[in-house]
Amino acid sequence: MSNMINSLSNMRLLDDLARKETFIHRIHPLIKLLTTVVYLTVVVSFERYEIIGLLPFIFYPILIFAFAELPVAPILKMILLIEPFIIGIGILNPLFDHSKVLFGGIAISKGWVTFLSILIKCSLTVTASILLIATTGMDRFAVALRMLKIPKIFVLQILLTYRYISVLIEEVSRMIRAYSLRAPGQKGLKWSAWGSFAGQILLRTFERAERVYQAMNLRGFTGEYYTGDIAKLSFKDLAYFAAWSLFFIIARIYNIPVLIGSLFTGVI
Amino acid sequence: MMHMADALISPAVGGTMLATTAGVAAYSIKKLQNELDEKKIPLMGVMGAFVFAAQMINFSIPGTGSSGHLGGGMLLAILLGPYAGFLTMASILLIQALFFGDGGLLAFGCNVFNLGFYTCFIAYPFIYKWFTRKGITSKRIFAGSMASALVALQLGAFSVVLETLLSGKTELPFEKFVLLMQPIHLAIGIVEGLVTAAIITFVWRARPDILEKAANEEAFGNISMKKVLTALSIAVVVVGGLFSWFASANPDGLEWSIEKTAGTAELEAPDGIHETLSEIQSKTALLPDYDFKASENEKTAGQAENAWPAVNAGTSVSGIVGGALTLALAVFTGWVIMLIKRRKIKTTA
Amino acid sequence: MSHHKIEVRNLYFSYPDGHKAIKNMSFSIYHGESIGIIGANGAGKSTLLMLLMGVYFPDGGEVLVGDVRVTKKTLPMIRQRLGMVFQDPDDQLFMTTVYEDVAFGPRNYKLEEEDVERRVMQALEKVGIPHLKDRAPYKLSGGEKRSAAIASVLSMQPDVLIMDEPTSGLDPKSRRRVIDLLKSFEHTKIITSHDLDMVLETCKRIIVIKKGEIAADGTAVDILSNEDLLNSCGLELPLSLQKCPVCGTSKGKFGYIHEKIVVDKEAKKELRLTRE
Repeated sequence: MSNMINSLSNMRLLDDLARKETFIHRIHPLIKLLTTVVYLTVVVSFERYEIIGLLPFIFYPILIFAFAELPVAPILKMILLIEPFIIGIGILNPLFDHSKVLFGGIAISKGWVTFLSILIKCSLTVTASILLIATTGMDRFAVALRMLKIPKIFVLQILLTYRYISVLIEEVSRMIRAYSLRAPGQKGLKWSAWGSFAGQILLRTFERAERVYQAMNLRGFTGEYYTGDIAKLSFKDLAYFAAWSLFFIIARIYNIPVLIGSLFTGVI
Repeated sequence: MMHMADALISPAVGGTMLATTAGVAAYSIKKLQNELDEKKIPLMGVMGAFVFAAQMINFSIPGTGSSGHLGGGMLLAILLGPYAGFLTMASILLIQALFFGDGGLLAFGCNVFNLGFYTCFIAYPFIYKWFTRKGITSKRIFAGSMASALVALQLGAFSVVLETLLSGKTELPFEKFVLLMQPIHLAIGIVEGLVTAAIITFVWRARPDILEKAANEEAFGNISMKKVLTALSIAVVVVGGLFSWFASANPDGLEWSIEKTAGTAELEAPDGIHETLSEIQSKTALLPDYDFKASENEKTAGQAENAWPAVNAGTSVSGIVGGALTLALAVFTGWVIMLIKRRKIKTTA
Repeated sequence: MSHHKIEVRNLYFSYPDGHKAIKNMSFSIYHGESIGIIGANGAGKSTLLMLLMGVYFPDGGEVLVGDVRVTKKTLPMIRQRLGMVFQDPDDQLFMTTVYEDVAFGPRNYKLEEEDVERRVMQALEKVGIPHLKDRAPYKLSGGEKRSAAIASVLSMQPDVLIMDEPTSGLDPKSRRRVIDLLKSFEHTKIITSHDLDMVLETCKRIIVIKKGEIAADGTAVDILSNEDLLNSCGLELPLSLQKCPVCGTSKGKFGYIHEKIVVDKEAKKELRLTRE
């Protein structure tokens, strides 16, 4: 029940944020998608013991947060919600890999290094995905998909799913509320009730799909999805993409923190 | 069934799986457009939303104290047919990746394949359809849902193992990983089978026309068991071949991983399992060759340390100092931009 | 103008399960008329609308829009003329923003994007919600959703507006706004509803349906004040025509209609006396 309300309010928050009008929001959706993909690819391409080299990549989310005027706390909360999941994933590494490694004079188990590396990578990649949608929104994301030659019918279907998630989650929570009022102290649905509970909603979903189809059909839908014009890429968009890509690639090739550190500690 | 995360895959694995999935999706769209049933588009859209919402309905599993929920891949295949089911699964996973960071954009191909391909294109046509080939009864629905969910989840789980392994982001012997993943997904598969059977039976009793319509659409329902077995064994040979080719070409990949298993929210493995499993594994030695290599790896652990560029006394100190400075600089930059922005808003207001 | 006429001739329709929903129905609707279709639940109102729109096709008889018979072939043309607003706006607002939704119809008729934009803005201004164009449907109130659903149909520039329960589930203020909106339209209007007071206010003519057949067809005043007829069809007098629960007089909220009825009965003077 609470996870349902949470997901719904998170989706709605991201939807609201995507309607802001900052310079980041105005960057072409395709460019933002491609920038995100380059970012993810570069971050993920680091080997499993890398920690220090990953740190410069935190610049990207921080700058997006700042320029797009996004509220840090609620988005961080969303990311932290996934974090226990990641910890669960990574914690087995130290369990299985006990070989030691010297790190700044301290011996650490390699498993922990891998764990930390995964944790950082996961935080960065999850943040990047959420920031993409928080500065783009589903409608404009759909534009990017269409520019990538994804069939329009599939794009329409994704948009429909997105649209009806909130309708259906509300419907489901209403039914769960009605159920739990008559079944106090029960955790989750009783197993035997599941089939008819979900089945009822499913049948209503079929009926709704029928009505939605009629509504579409009455307004001339014949299986083809016509959309508005797509905005062209501007020089600004290309510059944005080029600048970030350059930064990502440089940060991938050179270990920037080590370079900075050497300057200060005078080693080299 | 768990989702692969971006952080656990390599760009090569992510890219390959994305291309594969895109191919299957393109084929499915083409097939759907040939059907010329524009009614299906809104149905797929709304059904995607249904599965999304239904995944959040928890129910208690009797006698275990834990709770489970629907995955939905089999359900979509049975109600919409393989092509529409696959595309609907893909759109659900895309929204989950974007809005919840559940799975990811790079791992999107892996996830659609693991959760959508095996259910819609293996389990549904070859198993579910085989069970219901002589018409639908509640027993056949049950047997078909159960068998197909089990097979689909086993294949999906094995895919996760392979994808993680090929990415080489974590350390863990293949056998341990497989021995952990497959049994857990046996349990998840049973739950998924029960859930799917329950809901399909309900639909069949209330609106048999829905199931009949979905069943009539596909011509490849009456496939003989012989063909099924042939198809499955070809798949096994291909997968196995690829796997052993990789294993010999890239001994590094032998440091398999296990992480995803613990991420299975539905069923968390108690600590004891790991120990028992590693015991079982060491006794049975499923793949002795790999076992040997793995232990060899341990012997050469010293070399591996040298191979790690950041690990030697000098650079690691500057690494820590530089890392701290980088972080501080990043946070400072963000803070300055926000400060300037806020001041701008104040002066204009 | 004959092409604005809607004609229903000896219509029959049964559902696949054998339920006979429409039995021998005939009526004509002329240009500019506003017609309320009322009846108990399950009387066949929604089925009738579906037949008018060509979502279902009749087993017998025919529906003519202008001089064109509703068939599969003529549907695209018919549907441009008839705009239908569904009962649940969530079914009608299927896109992710109000603008995209209102633009969906015009785009399907392959208009230039400039024309689409002009039509969308016109439609949104007509229903008074141009400021909501970039909103997501879930962010709208019930009344706003209804307005957006109406706009999504207006942007197709139909001659006839067909509405299924346009005021259901609205708070009094939103309901009032929708009623005023309906009254401002010059389109031919066909409205089904259980909100008989709304029907009384917005429609001049009423068709009462009972078990798939037409039970009565006449002026709103005549039919909505006929207590026996309404009771026999599973309905009751509109609240505004019922006796005052406090003082027992039959002075309704809509005094003017009451007066009209009384004039018909040549008892206006008596009414004035009781009022004083």
